[in-house]
Amino acid sequence: MTTIHIDSRPYIAQDGDNLLQQCLSLGFNLPYFCWHPALGSVGACRQCAIKQFKNEDDQRGKIVMACMTPVTDGARISIDDPEAREFRASVVEWLMVNHPHDCPVCDEGGECHLQDMTVMTGHAYRRYRGRKRTFHNQNLGPLVNHEMNRCIQCYRCTRFYRDYAGGRDLDALALRNQVYFGRHEDGILESEFSGNLVEVCPTGVFTDKTLKQHYTRKWDLQTAPSVCVHCGLGCNTIPGERYGTLRRIRNRFNGAVNGYFLCDRGRYGYEFVNNKHRIRQPLLRKARGAALQSAIKHDALQHIAALLSNGNRVIGIGSPRASVESNFALRTLVGPERFYAGVSEQDNRLLASILDILRQGPARSPSLHEVELADAVLVLGEDVCNTAPLLALALRQSVRTQPQKIAEKMHIPHWNDNAVREAVQQERGPLFIATVAGTKLDDVATRTFRAAPGDLARLGFAVAHALDSSAPPVQDMPDALQELAVTIAEALKTAERPMIISGMGCGDRAVIEAAANVAWSLSNTGHPVELCFTVPECNSLGAAMTGGVSFESAFETVVSGAACNDNTADAAAEASTDVTADFSVDTIIILENDLYQRADAAVVDRFLAAAKHVVVIDHMDNATCARADVVLPAGTFAEADGTLVNNEGRAQRFFQVFVPEGDIQESWRWAQDIMTITGSCKGQPWMNLDQITASCAAAIPLLQPILHAAPPADFRVGGQKIPRQPHRYSGRTAMRADISVHEPKPPEDPDAPLSFSMEGYLGHPPSALIPRFWAPGWNSGQAVNKFQDEVGLPLAGGDPGVRLIEPVPARKAEYFSNVPTAFTRHADEWLVVPLHHVFGSDELSVLAPAIAELAARPYLALNPADAAELGLAAGNESRLQLLRATDGTGYSLPVQLKPELQRGVAGLPAGLPGLAGIILPAWGKVTRLEIGMKQGAPP
Amino acid sequence: MSELAHTWTNVVVILIFVFSFAALLSWIERRLLGVWQDRYGPNRVGPFGVLQSVADAIKLLAKEDWIPPFADKALFVLAPAVIAITTLLAFAVVPVAPGIGVVDLNIGLLFFLAMSSLGVYSIVLGGWASNNKYSLLGGFRAAAQMLSYEVFMGLSLMGVVMLAGSFNLRDIVTAQEGLWFCIPQILGLITFTVAGIAEARRLPFDLPEAENELVAGFHTEYSSMKFGLFFIGEYVGIIVISAMMVTLFFGGWLGPLLPPLMWFLLKTSIIIGFFILLRASLPRPRYDQLMAYGWKVMLPLTLFNLLITGAIVLAWGL
Amino acid sequence: MWNALKTMWTIFLHMFHRPVTVQYPDEKPYIPPRWRGRIILSRDPDGEERCVACYLCAAACPVDCIALQATEDEHGRRYPEFFRINFSRCIFCGYCEEACPTDAIQLTSDFEMGEYDRKNLVYEKEDLLIDGPGKYPDYNFYRVAGLAITGEGGKNKGEAENEAPPVDLHHLLP
Repeated sequence: MTTIHIDSRPYIAQDGDNLLQQCLSLGFNLPYFCWHPALGSVGACRQCAIKQFKNEDDQRGKIVMACMTPVTDGARISIDDPEAREFRASVVEWLMVNHPHDCPVCDEGGECHLQDMTVMTGHAYRRYRGRKRTFHNQNLGPLVNHEMNRCIQCYRCTRFYRDYAGGRDLDALALRNQVYFGRHEDGILESEFSGNLVEVCPTGVFTDKTLKQHYTRKWDLQTAPSVCVHCGLGCNTIPGERYGTLRRIRNRFNGAVNGYFLCDRGRYGYEFVNNKHRIRQPLLRKARGAALQSAIKHDALQHIAALLSNGNRVIGIGSPRASVESNFALRTLVGPERFYAGVSEQDNRLLASILDILRQGPARSPSLHEVELADAVLVLGEDVCNTAPLLALALRQSVRTQPQKIAEKMHIPHWNDNAVREAVQQERGPLFIATVAGTKLDDVATRTFRAAPGDLARLGFAVAHALDSSAPPVQDMPDALQELAVTIAEALKTAERPMIISGMGCGDRAVIEAAANVAWSLSNTGHPVELCFTVPECNSLGAAMTGGVSFESAFETVVSGAACNDNTADAAAEASTDVTADFSVDTIIILENDLYQRADAAVVDRFLAAAKHVVVIDHMDNATCARADVVLPAGTFAEADGTLVNNEGRAQRFFQVFVPEGDIQESWRWAQDIMTITGSCKGQPWMNLDQITASCAAAIPLLQPILHAAPPADFRVGGQKIPRQPHRYSGRTAMRADISVHEPKPPEDPDAPLSFSMEGYLGHPPSALIPRFWAPGWNSGQAVNKFQDEVGLPLAGGDPGVRLIEPVPARKAEYFSNVPTAFTRHADEWLVVPLHHVFGSDELSVLAPAIAELAARPYLALNPADAAELGLAAGNESRLQLLRATDGTGYSLPVQLKPELQRGVAGLPAGLPGLAGIILPAWGKVTRLEIGMKQGAPP
Repeated sequence: MSELAHTWTNVVVILIFVFSFAALLSWIERRLLGVWQDRYGPNRVGPFGVLQSVADAIKLLAKEDWIPPFADKALFVLAPAVIAITTLLAFAVVPVAPGIGVVDLNIGLLFFLAMSSLGVYSIVLGGWASNNKYSLLGGFRAAAQMLSYEVFMGLSLMGVVMLAGSFNLRDIVTAQEGLWFCIPQILGLITFTVAGIAEARRLPFDLPEAENELVAGFHTEYSSMKFGLFFIGEYVGIIVISAMMVTLFFGGWLGPLLPPLMWFLLKTSIIIGFFILLRASLPRPRYDQLMAYGWKVMLPLTLFNLLITGAIVLAWGL
Repeated sequence: MWNALKTMWTIFLHMFHRPVTVQYPDEKPYIPPRWRGRIILSRDPDGEERCVACYLCAAACPVDCIALQATEDEHGRRYPEFFRINFSRCIFCGYCEEACPTDAIQLTSDFEMGEYDRKNLVYEKEDLLIDGPGKYPDYNFYRVAGLAITGEGGKNKGEAENEAPPVDLHHLLP
């Protein structure tokens, strides 16, 4: 802390920062373009010019760039100095010389940093009457629109895309007054973070192409704080709605989670909410065999009440993509002993073991921000680029942590981006990646290792043993692998913040236990350590905390129950232990879960056929809904409130963005309605989210802190709610005028301290309730600066969300000793492992047209040697038949060659439409499919 | 027999005349206001818009006769009737011309004062029965205003009574054969005019209904013909006050050349015109000003007038 | 008191003034050229819709009576998918016209738009769009904007007014 003088007034400033960041933190409006809190300073745009004085007597001073000038004790600067003002005004005028007259048709308009800065500098009149430079645009794929004329050459895009996110295909081309930011030719941007260009670009060169299809200005969007549902990281988002459809997703800064960025799956996956296959009315099947017909809410509930009466047995299946509250509501509806987790046996075991390791072990689960600070990382078995993209982005930053010391030694401040990169050169901190197949992070990895999941686990166990000899040893380790293990152990040992990353991606529990062993061996030998697991879905961990055994147990219960009724006794004997003597299950209630995504179709078919009645609460018409007797329309993340627990164990509240048409409501409300109509409601019915959250917290001690994930519904600032609509929201008296000229009253929101109107508290709400970033004069997303105490640091009042899991400190953890044996090839059989795809592997985002366009097509990945053995070349049709599939179903897939795959291992893309519901890893037979022999192809 | 027929003819003709004149007055007033405000006023219905009052009547009759559910029904219905009845009864004693007039009471003046005082009940009851805060405020204002202004209204006429030596209005008219009382009783005339306007709740003393602060005050809740009765009551009130002024101060039907009835009508019309001019030109005072004006200026002035007149009568023995 | 009498006298004298009332509809009133009446959407000199659906009019509208949705045709030309003005809310302030960057939305001298049914005062795009350029006969937004428009009557990059030809990225000479 030091004192600086700005326009002759003393201020307390942070030592070591640059003046621009400090001026902004102190609340001054100093224009800038090229600087970005996450990207640092390069001094390219010359916009943040201020005057610096030598001492009190210095009257002349000199113009410096605030972003390139460090804060020094007693520094005297002037923002208001006429010369500095004029300098800034002329810089904007130069930039505007070539800027086209596009604002009316520019998607950035209304949230354009360039507009803001132009107004801020006072450049109101264009004097230049000459010719403007023009460029041709490129087609950059379905996500990002390119309009190069608007460029002001600040270099933010390439600095983000190349330096920060590791992309290679976007660059600054040409020279002089003709610098062009684009690809070498038209084509889809390769990076899965390309969508951030939309927010990073200070003007409209890169804009959201999906938004363009239903374009709405920022001031017209009804927004609410939300959480991304497309992977387990729980990035904070701001979805925007207009005219009843979701229009776009913007990043909601959360210093601990996603910071300034989102991945493209999270940013563009939102369109599933507008999908035409959404369920908007309750559907009812009057009789078996009849078609599902839309029904009114009351009839549907009456029907369910009839199903549930007469002491009929009912079970519930939860979902990792439904909120904690919805899962809990279903659990309450059917009773905890009849509540089944909505995940497969395998996933349930993995999740339980992750939860156990995090809760019982000494290693802390880091936030994404803490991942960026790690200085030695071991990634074990997880393709984070595809299963948790933002974690990969954080890892990309973590490799810069250790080399930072080089720059520090040279007294280069960390924010001086170019200088740091010059000093560091290609130096990178240790990052070891052990995965089944290659990842996009390999380019920054110190060492990579490719093997079958079991061998990856063996490497982890070996590293643990190398760190702490009391850890279980691994037998028969090849020397090369042993050497790698020792290298990794060495790097982790010498690091200040070592981190282990693993997850459910390869579906092997041994990998997770190996990762835990590594973490514990570090901890047990007195080293700090953080242990990060990725989970597949937005509430995987929260649903796991709600409890319930896997749905396969439910399958067994129901199928064997049905069998029991048919007097086949031996089927009952096979039933799992938790099944009580009474086998008859009449009704299954399935919550936001497409079982066909999670288990083999044949198994699910049998299960659903065995149940007398199936009730589905979901938002998308899927295969499970098609088999239901009653379907109730659930709200998606944009139409519901709830709490999600991310992979860190952080509970975050998401708020309803808009009131949907039809009978769509939160799943927990449906559960409440069912309880009310059947009279099975014990105690007071839940009238709002707070009440169900409170009873959930009371029932499940682990979830106790979710009460504090966000302020309660009766929270008010100055007696007012937080408005979801910006104060400039337009068209209120015309948008519904074609239906009726009488404007309806704004809908009430009993669940949140946010209102569906433009009236309310316009200042800065608590961080968990920020519906959008806007400040006077700052219409762009950069207004986030005004919501932080220190620019670039957490939001004022702390980042949203509460951690549910904290490690047991200084506990000597027991090692896992289940070291798997080395992988051996089976003759004619392949171990089929899941390969995840950022676009395609997620059930919901792939329903968005833009993501669907980029989604991977089904394929079978083979080692070239294996392929050659089978007589297969790249592109040939192969036939995969899993050994456990007894009915002979198989998949015909084109072959892709992946040299890094271990021999005997085949890769199958996970979760793609057509390949969903295959539980991997599994053994399978691969054969060459002759032309004309195609059969059993995926639908 | 002919006496009775004569009386009945008088009653019927005067009643019809007063009613139609009151109705016509609503048009005349609007036209006159228009003239003084550089516009036309109602000029669409009939020649020069003269049928406007007919249109108004049709409109009022066709409107929904609504009694608010929260109102005191009996009083609510009674109130407008009271004003219409009292003002019409007050007209009964007006000596229109020799031989024309409903009754010739020897306490005619007192009867007039009594009837005009009764009128306040209508306003207060209407305001009370509406059960509406604005109406109630209007009623309060009316009560206070009428109470205050009635005091010197009666007193201002005592000078005339002294000079004429009678409460009989015809006697008073004939007493003015030599000199209209407007000359000796100039102070009485002024105070009576002010009090008369206040009694009729005409601008600038229309505080009980003050549409811009009390949304029409005591008759906020009234609609259709009940409102119409209030409306007619007001205009009949104007006619009565004007007729009384003519009778008491301007020599009633007296005048050269023209027949007495014409003189009476002419004088009354001029006074009515004067009332309308007052409305066209003067703003409404504040309520405290109104009360202060009544008690602090008008009452002393009346008493002074009474003193002087009494002294003169005593001194000269007139 | 004297003041009151003076006022009454002044008012009385007005009896001899001519009424200022214009006897509409018998007499048509004088409409000044910048009269703010019924709102229209104009077309550019090429006959294309001028409105580019930038939402500025909607944002400027103090009574929020303008609602629209932007869309794009196959030539890259932005236009309103629907454009609705609720004239039963409109206060004819003219802010929309001031805000319009393309001179598309204009207020006309027509004020005779009374209706018995409020619904009839909700004007859709087809009710608003006229066939001519309105008050500004020459202006064509796409002639000055940097956007490329394909199709007939379109223009490529560098073909708008005051635009240099597009930069050739493969050209290395200074």
